[in-house]
Amino acid sequence: MWTYNKVLQYPINIKCPNAKLAKFIISQYGGPDGELAASLRYLSQRFGMPDQKSKAVLNDIGTEELAHLEMVGTIVHQLTDGLSAEEIKAAGLGDYYTDHGVDVYPQSAAGTPFTAAYIACKGDPIANLQEDLAAEQKARATYEKLIDLCADDPDVLDPLRFLRQREIVHFQRFGEALRGVQDKLAEKRFYMNNMNSNSNNNNNDNDCGCENKN
Amino acid sequence: MMNNSNMFGGCSDSITNCNCNYTPQGINAAFGYNTENEAKDTDCGCMQNNDNMETRQEMLNKIRSLNFAIVELGEYLDTHPDDRKALCLHREYTNQYRELTDNYQKVYGPLTIHFPCNKWRWLEEPWPWEGGMC
Repeated sequence: MWTYNKVLQYPINIKCPNAKLAKFIISQYGGPDGELAASLRYLSQRFGMPDQKSKAVLNDIGTEELAHLEMVGTIVHQLTDGLSAEEIKAAGLGDYYTDHGVDVYPQSAAGTPFTAAYIACKGDPIANLQEDLAAEQKARATYEKLIDLCADDPDVLDPLRFLRQREIVHFQRFGEALRGVQDKLAEKRFYMNNMNSNSNNNNNDNDCGCENKN
Repeated sequence: MMNNSNMFGGCSDSITNCNCNYTPQGINAAFGYNTENEAKDTDCGCMQNNDNMETRQEMLNKIRSLNFAIVELGEYLDTHPDDRKALCLHREYTNQYRELTDNYQKVYGPLTIHFPCNKWRWLEEPWPWEGGMC
């Protein structure tokens, strides 16, 4: 379970609303390489991991991504807070305003709604962790593009730089988790479906006999 | 923010002298937090007093810094569970975090719903996305 902390992971106080920047940055909320996709991907993949380290890394990074989701939502909210419908329309967010008003809706910069198709869960620890390494790099690259686009506003730039830096640390942790999983899978007598094969092999010996009681 | 060496200091907590027996401070079990008297004596009155505002913001920044350090160390320890220095730092920061959040919440209201209150102050303080006190 999770407990909400009524504090942002990194402070955000945007003094100058700018809906044009919000239109770009919302991609890190609900876009293909955004924080929602990241958190759901890691938190879903953790169930199938074969060792303790990779379960913990996916659990804890997936949790941190939820804090990043709140940060990106906060940036979008503060960049559009108090703007008139005219200003929102002039920034190219008229379509968005029509359907979502002042809510922060998970969508890409181009307006594509969030889809679970952004999330990779292959049921294979190696494939999943390689996917996660790529996801962190794609998120880093997206933040770098956003940093280029938002160069004029230090209030926006600062949290974006923090978020970019976190992608790099997460990439490092996933690399270490991948090595651990590779070592685990290289151990002798390790079977992904170990429990099932045991119960199948021992079926006759350990049968509960419940059908034979009568 | 993260470069404030005075705030975090070195890792003074040795492995053999584990300071894990946390004792909550200032809890009045009979009356709980935020009694009327306590509110009168120590409530920040933040709209009137700039000094208290700074103290509140300073405390919140320290809480946020400690929280970040704990998250970062936690992720590192997930793949380096045998790193004693990191484990020691984690222990030191979590102890500081508990003490600081306890003190903060007694005066400025709850940061989580797991904090006992005589009055539901959860509604009174601004939300993180609303700026100002974030």
